[in-house]
Amino acid sequence: MRVGLFIPCYVDQLYPRVGLATVRVLERLGVEVVYPEAQTCCGQPMANAGFAGDAAPLARRFVEVFRGFEHVVCPSGSCTSMVRNHYDALVPGLPGLEAVKGSTYELCEFITDVLKVGRLAGRYPRKVALHQSCHGLRELRLGSASERMEARYSKVASLLSSLEGIELVTLQRADECCGFGGTFAVVEEAVSCGMGRDRIADHLQAGAEVVTATDVSCLMHLDGLARRARQPLQFRHVAEVLAEAMA
Amino acid sequence: MSASLPVVQAERSHAERAALFLKDDARVHWHDQAVWFVRAKRDRAAGAVPEWERLRETAAAIKAHTQARLADYLEEFERNATAAGARVHWARDAAEHNAIVHGLLAERGVTRLVKSKSMLTEECHLNPYLEARGIEVTDTDLGERIVQLAKEPPSHIVLPAIHKKKEEIGELFHEKLGTPEGLSDPTRLTEAARAHLRARFLAAQAGLTGVNFAIAETGGFVVCTNEGNADMGTSLPPIHIACMGVEKVVPRLEDLAVFLRLLARSATGQPITSYTTHFLGPIRGGELHVVVVDNGRSAILRQPEYRRSLTCIRCAACMNTCPVFRRSGGYSYSYTIPGPIGVVLGTARDAAAHASLPFASSLCGSCDDVCPVKIPLHEQILTRRRDLARAGLQPTGKRLGMKVVGIVLRYRAVYLLAGAVARFLGRHLPRPVVYSRWNVWGRQRELPPMPRETFRALYRKEKEREHG
Repeated sequence: MRVGLFIPCYVDQLYPRVGLATVRVLERLGVEVVYPEAQTCCGQPMANAGFAGDAAPLARRFVEVFRGFEHVVCPSGSCTSMVRNHYDALVPGLPGLEAVKGSTYELCEFITDVLKVGRLAGRYPRKVALHQSCHGLRELRLGSASERMEARYSKVASLLSSLEGIELVTLQRADECCGFGGTFAVVEEAVSCGMGRDRIADHLQAGAEVVTATDVSCLMHLDGLARRARQPLQFRHVAEVLAEAMA
Repeated sequence: MSASLPVVQAERSHAERAALFLKDDARVHWHDQAVWFVRAKRDRAAGAVPEWERLRETAAAIKAHTQARLADYLEEFERNATAAGARVHWARDAAEHNAIVHGLLAERGVTRLVKSKSMLTEECHLNPYLEARGIEVTDTDLGERIVQLAKEPPSHIVLPAIHKKKEEIGELFHEKLGTPEGLSDPTRLTEAARAHLRARFLAAQAGLTGVNFAIAETGGFVVCTNEGNADMGTSLPPIHIACMGVEKVVPRLEDLAVFLRLLARSATGQPITSYTTHFLGPIRGGELHVVVVDNGRSAILRQPEYRRSLTCIRCAACMNTCPVFRRSGGYSYSYTIPGPIGVVLGTARDAAAHASLPFASSLCGSCDDVCPVKIPLHEQILTRRRDLARAGLQPTGKRLGMKVVGIVLRYRAVYLLAGAVARFLGRHLPRPVVYSRWNVWGRQRELPPMPRETFRALYRKEKEREHG
């Protein structure tokens, strides 16, 4: 199988190792990865701040770059949701949009839903906490949100828990927002940092050594707070955890 | 739109008010825990109902149906309520509402009114209106009475005094009700309030209530309380005035089987409120008046993208779940109703006056999932951000900044150059420069370490090595 790799702009610029880990995991699972160099950004920063007009050209470009792929895979729930759930409002009726919306997947759901791989051969003997990034959880439904009264599931946690030696710790608040929220992190700096510190405290009381998530934007915020406070937590994108475990 | 000038906001933004609230770390944690406790209780109560998600679907469907025929159902309600002996009054806006209520009281020589909880009268600022005209108004819900004694607005629509600690209430009661100094035992404070309110109930000449649900097919309505104060306030005095927004009507009595199951569980985690009182016509020898208020609601109904916000049943679950509300408090919001639903309703009423509210959200979506009538709150908040931008009601700096970012990201060469420069500066500038005052991110957080190379550069090298 051949997939188009969609690497969000901030991963490309700030977290290249997350992009490389995504490639490793996919290749390990027998997937041929193609990275179209024409891609830049899905437009989410402008779109979520309210500037739909500034985001629309990026949405058009995205569809142009990725419309030839049967599957597009992205190591971010938030950017995937941008394409799948929010492009309609930006570029309604754009030729190729429906196809791209249907073909774009977050990494973990691509593994569980398209590759139909439920268990991964790998070893990760650490105490890990899963931070459930909101857009992956509540817009892509990568797992059951605690607000909804439905059978509990998590595509991300099920992949992680298949790793040998891993211990997934239990948080007091299973899926509270970390407070990143894009421009929210700056516009509402005080609330954003308060939210982040509370999440870190929850991860620490749960005994986590490593905090993982589908979105490195959440982790960038939490890691920034934890490093400032010199707290002993490591933050790894789920692709990094899987790649290290499967190496 | 182009003709109207953007209104310059003199008041503090949500972020500024929130930052003030967040200065008291211990209080913020206490507030967060107290409100989260209610969310957790809601989870247990909702989880005990196997068909919870189906109830939510059904409630949303009933509300959507009712909205589509709102005028018909309101007229049906009026006919049946009138037939049962009530008088129905129609108020276009808050001013008409207040004038009608005052007129009814003044004509009958009422100078002492007891009220049970009503967010509508809060929205219309009825209390100060009546007080200015010589009528003593006593809020009889305990939380409402506490904030009324403290001369504060409610900070939460179900738990109006949730921002106050028991010690603070003890001080307030000592000053206003003469309880012993230092008394902060909740039971004894409640007993004192009860004795104080009993005298007000006995002296009242009229009682005013809100309306949780008005039933078109019967002309009756339902008021839910936990303290029985609405019952006391409408059984003792001969005059009952009930105030409702136009959106409170439901078609059939049996629809309550859906809404009453959702309301108390979503609001406080109780299976049902302690008192769920059905009113149909006046008490013997008394009068019942129902004031039906629009006050901007039909304008929201005309906007498809915000219409569903009118289906709100005022349970406050979206406040309890909102990580921003819990950490910024009810007073950080410029509108009467705080939290996610308040953001949507406040900006629907006056977008310019509440322009900072849609940014008091991380767009986490928890409110959508907790809402018993499935209002897509975070989507409506996002839509409002876009409407603000279109109307020129976003700050100029942000508008220009986003324009620049948009252009940088649109052209690959510019994007790569800008990224390389930023990463180079991040690595080489001295720390005091990187973490200077303009770096809002860096006030409380470290920046990520700036890598030398992008993913695309590393990946290209890797592929070149592989292919020789």
